[in-house]
Amino acid sequence: MPTVAMMVNGKKVSADVEPRTLLVHYLRENLGLTGTHVGCDTSQCGACVVDIDGASVKSCTQLAVQCEGAHVTTIEGLAQGETLHPMQEAFRENHALQCGFCTPGMVMSAIDLVKRNKSPSEREIREWLEGNLCRCTGYHNIVKAIAAAAQTMRG
Amino acid sequence: MAASGIGVSVRRVEDFRFLTGRGNYTDDINRPNQLHAHILRSPHAHAKIKKIDASKALKGPGVAAVFTGADIEKDQIGGLPCGWLVTDRNGQPMVEPPHPVLVADRTRHVGDQVAVVIAETRAQARDAAELVKIDYDEQVATVGLADATKKGAPLVWDQAPGNICYDWALGDSAVVDAAFKTAAKVAKVDIVNNRLIPNAMEPRAAIGDYDLAKGNYNLYTTSQNPHVIRLLMSAYVLKVSEHKVRVYSPDVGGGFGSKIYHYAEEAIVCWASRKLGRPVKWTADRSESFMSDAHGRDHLTKAEIALDAGGKFLAMRVVTVANMGAYLSTFAPCIPTYLYALLLAGTYTTPAIFCEVKAIFTHTVPVDAYRGAGRPEATYVVERLVDEAARVTGLDVAEIRRRNFIPRDAFPYQTPVVVQYDSGDYQSTLEIALKTADYSGFAARRAESAKRGKLRGLGLSTYIEACGIAPSAVVGSVGARAGLYESGLVRVHPTGSVTILTGSHSHGQGHETTFAQLAAERLGVDFDKIEVVHGDTDKIPFGMGTYGSRSLAVGGSALVKAMDKIIAKGKKIAAHLLEAAEADIEFKDGTFSIAGTDKKKTLAEISGAAYVPHNYPINELEPGLEEQAFYDPTNFTFPGGCHVAEIEIDRDTGVVQLVSFVAVDDVGRVINPMIVEGQVHGGVAQGMGQALLEGCVYDQKTGQLVTGSYMDYTMPRASDLPTLKVSTHNTLCTHNPLGVKGVGEVGAIGSPAAIMNAVHNAVAPFGVTHVEMPATPERVWRALQSAPKAAE
Repeated sequence: MPTVAMMVNGKKVSADVEPRTLLVHYLRENLGLTGTHVGCDTSQCGACVVDIDGASVKSCTQLAVQCEGAHVTTIEGLAQGETLHPMQEAFRENHALQCGFCTPGMVMSAIDLVKRNKSPSEREIREWLEGNLCRCTGYHNIVKAIAAAAQTMRG
Repeated sequence: MAASGIGVSVRRVEDFRFLTGRGNYTDDINRPNQLHAHILRSPHAHAKIKKIDASKALKGPGVAAVFTGADIEKDQIGGLPCGWLVTDRNGQPMVEPPHPVLVADRTRHVGDQVAVVIAETRAQARDAAELVKIDYDEQVATVGLADATKKGAPLVWDQAPGNICYDWALGDSAVVDAAFKTAAKVAKVDIVNNRLIPNAMEPRAAIGDYDLAKGNYNLYTTSQNPHVIRLLMSAYVLKVSEHKVRVYSPDVGGGFGSKIYHYAEEAIVCWASRKLGRPVKWTADRSESFMSDAHGRDHLTKAEIALDAGGKFLAMRVVTVANMGAYLSTFAPCIPTYLYALLLAGTYTTPAIFCEVKAIFTHTVPVDAYRGAGRPEATYVVERLVDEAARVTGLDVAEIRRRNFIPRDAFPYQTPVVVQYDSGDYQSTLEIALKTADYSGFAARRAESAKRGKLRGLGLSTYIEACGIAPSAVVGSVGARAGLYESGLVRVHPTGSVTILTGSHSHGQGHETTFAQLAAERLGVDFDKIEVVHGDTDKIPFGMGTYGSRSLAVGGSALVKAMDKIIAKGKKIAAHLLEAAEADIEFKDGTFSIAGTDKKKTLAEISGAAYVPHNYPINELEPGLEEQAFYDPTNFTFPGGCHVAEIEIDRDTGVVQLVSFVAVDDVGRVINPMIVEGQVHGGVAQGMGQALLEGCVYDQKTGQLVTGSYMDYTMPRASDLPTLKVSTHNTLCTHNPLGVKGVGEVGAIGSPAAIMNAVHNAVAPFGVTHVEMPATPERVWRALQSAPKAAE
């Protein structure tokens, strides 16, 4: 089995993995980072979005071995102890989550949007979320939360 | 207590763990030394199983076992039970076929479970599954509802001729026939309520962990009602004593009904764990969810309404064919009967209603409750019929509703379909919604859309729903094989903090917040000193779980009863400590005091005395401060309201875009407005999905599930929805202690009809009178292409 080494949430990790192991399974099963979820098998739901080298990526579309040397941030790597990232805080404040299952992917994806577009319009937010499914919220409060977080992050 | 009590949008307790990736969903749990199961499912809608050869698979790396239906039979594992017996119009019981956890001889839908492969890793189980050779003899399948009862249609069950599970009716057909004879006008609809696939974002999962030392089964599962699963699985399937089974539903990622039912995989992992002496874990792929989670809706309905010359409804006749799928899922038989026909009065005074329902077996996935369950189907029939009545009479769609509403002063109101509504104010919700939606400005907006080449439509739905299904004795008399009460336990700790244990289950609803608000208000305890526990049968009292918008109306009422017992006991203790008569003790804001004096004891002081009973009325009272209650409702609750949808149709592509949506709902007393609005948002999105996007498609010949993934089944996305305008106009429920009605389903119940009415309104100028749901671009485009009139 090949060995793969990467930085995950600022920590160096390495393991022997089967070549077919997906990044999401490596994160969940080898590293115990179960905040990244699997909601489909066709790379559409977006529950597994993580940050790889500064871009949001569906971790079910990457093999773990493709991430050799990469810097990966998962939902567990955002908050500083009890202090939430502004995007997490905006989701909490705006009731942008219900069952919580899609939430990690939503938050990771939203952070990438705001990095690329500091003041996204409602339409831009809705279109950006094309790859993230939520069955609980009707997206209403997610859109509100992302707009609010963008404002906070602009300062 | 204003800061976190009733009526305050307290931010949710649950959110920190979900936002930081520290939720604990079933698939996040791993038991030491666990094995992984992969279920082999039938690739055919209908086939005989001639032979299963697992010899190669058993030699695969890491493989521990391959089990089939023969092993299930050998161990005398029972079938999955059905929880509701419907009696037909002739007094005969429905046909109730067996539902084995692994089929031995014949498969009856694509996805039917045939064998289970268990291995050290999930990947090894899947690899080995490919080595299992199953020799099928494919048979002709019955797929479509329209053909299922025709002569010569293949039978799903030999004991169900014509594939009929039951032929049920409600109402007096002679009275209805007589009313139709006197009618000035009659309006008719012939409609499909499209089959939906629930698609909670968390796929189902289960871990069976048999504890050999204690002889106990532990099941971790994605369930909305762990005690119901424990009861059904222990009594009917595994046939073991209930006290030896623990069912734990940790964080559950959405349910919408699909996680109510006892599923085969839950029993399989428990049984296999005992056989193999190791924990066994199974997690569904999304594609498995599509073909094994119970589906929703799937009705064909012909309905007509008789009107007098003034547009008053005289009578309604409804004939429905409802799909059960291949087996009877846990609550399937009651959905198109008692949760459907009983709602056909809607918000109107229609004096006579007759409804016939044929439930049909087909070679498809079982159909059961999905958000709204029976009530969206009823609302769609009634509200499409009302719009059609407006068309044939020439009345405005709002005006015809006004002429037929049950007046606000007519409650309690006995409908002709069994149920008695306790409260409501339908005209006010309509008028508020029309104002919010700027109904009078619609013509100008329509003209503006037309300038951009778009067809604009506006639609109303003034719906009713029944939730908090009850009382137990009544549902029992019509076939429920369960009670429908709820339990609550309130534990005041020695230092005054509180743990609440509830039989309700939260899978997104935020009970840990709402129930804590209830306790903060009633007991005067700080919100952050209250913890809500749910989902673990080893901790909570026997409870019925969460579905049918029942948690607050039934579960919350149980908690109120338990808290009132705490207060009553506290008064006795306070009377002793304050040397006063019990009758003189008042309880307010967490403090017991002698009326009219400043002598008082806090709840924490009282609980301290109860657990350290040195100075205590020990001859009259037991120590401790913990009370339990069961609450069995005396009636359903009846939320209602008005939804107004506006849509635009692109004439070139047929794409329908929802551009505005107003909901004014009556949900009874609101505990947390933020959570209530969120529930409506989500329900409306699902209703929009049903109206415009979602539809389960089977190949009508082969029974293959065509919409078997997110590539084919259109889920609502953020860009499909506008900003929703949601508010409430509440009347209180008169028969539960909180005055609450329920909000989980209203969004999904009212919205499909409002959106479809808007679609019909948009195409009406072309003479198009019928577009099937979901109003997909293809359907709308075809309807416009073949329209009788070229408008404008």
